[in-house]
Amino acid sequence: MSADTDAVFKVLCELLEPFNSARVTLTPETKISADLNIDSMAIMDFIMEVEDKYDIDIPLNELSDIHTMDQLATYVSALMAGKEQ
Amino acid sequence: MMDLLDKYDALAERRRRMQALGVETIGVTMERLLSPTRAVIDGRETILAGTNNYMGITFDPDCIAAGVKALQEQGTGTTGSRIANGTYALHRALEDELAVFLNRRHVITFSTGYQANLGMIAGLAGPGDTVFLDADSHSSIYDGCTLSGARLIRFRHNSAGDLDKRLARHDGEGGRLVVLEGIYSMFGDRPPLDEFVDVKRRHGFALLMDEAHSTGVLGANGRGLAEEAGLEDDVDFVVGTFSKSFGSIGGFGASNDPRLDMIRYATRAYMFTASPSPASIATTLEASRQLRARPELRDRLRANSERLYRGFKNLGLDLCCDVVSPVIAVRVADEPSAVTMWQALLKAGVYVNLALPPGTPINTCLLRCSVSAAHSDEEIDEIIALFARVVAAQAGLPVLRPSTVAG
Repeated sequence: MSADTDAVFKVLCELLEPFNSARVTLTPETKISADLNIDSMAIMDFIMEVEDKYDIDIPLNELSDIHTMDQLATYVSALMAGKEQ
Repeated sequence: MMDLLDKYDALAERRRRMQALGVETIGVTMERLLSPTRAVIDGRETILAGTNNYMGITFDPDCIAAGVKALQEQGTGTTGSRIANGTYALHRALEDELAVFLNRRHVITFSTGYQANLGMIAGLAGPGDTVFLDADSHSSIYDGCTLSGARLIRFRHNSAGDLDKRLARHDGEGGRLVVLEGIYSMFGDRPPLDEFVDVKRRHGFALLMDEAHSTGVLGANGRGLAEEAGLEDDVDFVVGTFSKSFGSIGGFGASNDPRLDMIRYATRAYMFTASPSPASIATTLEASRQLRARPELRDRLRANSERLYRGFKNLGLDLCCDVVSPVIAVRVADEPSAVTMWQALLKAGVYVNLALPPGTPINTCLLRCSVSAAHSDEEIDEIIALFARVVAAQAGLPVLRPSTVAG
């Protein structure tokens, strides 16, 4: 995990906390849907928080390829890198 | 290797929990229908306050006569899709009638309301386009978006400002479609259409309004929220259903753009399903004429909605919407309270919808009521009285939350 991705991961953990009612310990390998047992609406609401935090769009149709916290952190940091160029 | 059905273990557990509480989760069975507002459920005569039968014309003698006539003259089903053997003169006649009712030049009918959204959204948007949808959109809108292959951007519920922000971020590639609903089905709230139209004028996009719960209900002629707001010219496409105000089954897409007709040759939810049966089409056609000819049904619905809304407010119930609408949702603290109250209401003689996450916005548990023009004042008063009784019996349970907490 790169330094940027690691920083994003920490922010994602904070944003996910309100949705993590089962208080599952979050690691880069945590599967957002399967491990946290949260429904599709909660996942979409969480993604909206991430979008607002970084001022980016994460289209819903691309979510099917993102399962783990690490995958999401990598996706977000790639978008952020693209914005800075 | 994983068993395919293992993925339903958590769902099965939730159903077991509900059944242990005595809730039949697939829905109650109406043993006998007595009228648009009454049925026998579990051997008891019950007031129906959760049917979306807004105009209450499911037992209208003229609608029934039209259905019987079509059944006798044209048979039980069309046995084919519209593009094969399933187009009858009646389908054409209904599309012509709806063009008059909706004041739109072109109308396509679909076999259900769900398919109307699937067919219209997937027909309009495709790969390379972007659809912006309200976070609280109905599942048929989400599914139509998924089927379209377009990029999907979700904006915060009823927030034109949030849509504005997301449009500003968009790269402008491909076509852009924004989808709104006239009345949202769970809370009964409606979008600030003037604000959305303002965003539309600044950014430019096609606007589709799903008027499923507002057709027949809002506007001087019952054409929905866009008519009520005086903004019909800014709405490019309208979608609606026959299973609410029309009291039948099916759906429609409408527009003034003559190219709408191309959707008939491209959208799979229209092409690869059997067309609506003659009886369904005939009753819808008669219902549409009645919705035009009997504005008093709208007045009656509005009066009934106000009566129930006011009654609930007087009881101190936590309602999800601050404008009166035929959808009146009572917010309950948690799932066990919702289930307990819903069951108590049913036993006392009133059926409402038990609505639970994830089928509801912001994780809420609802006792969702829908009002009909066919409800009598006495029935509305009885619904209020039964709620009062059930709420009183819930003393000590965390039933009500102050409405200031509402999202």
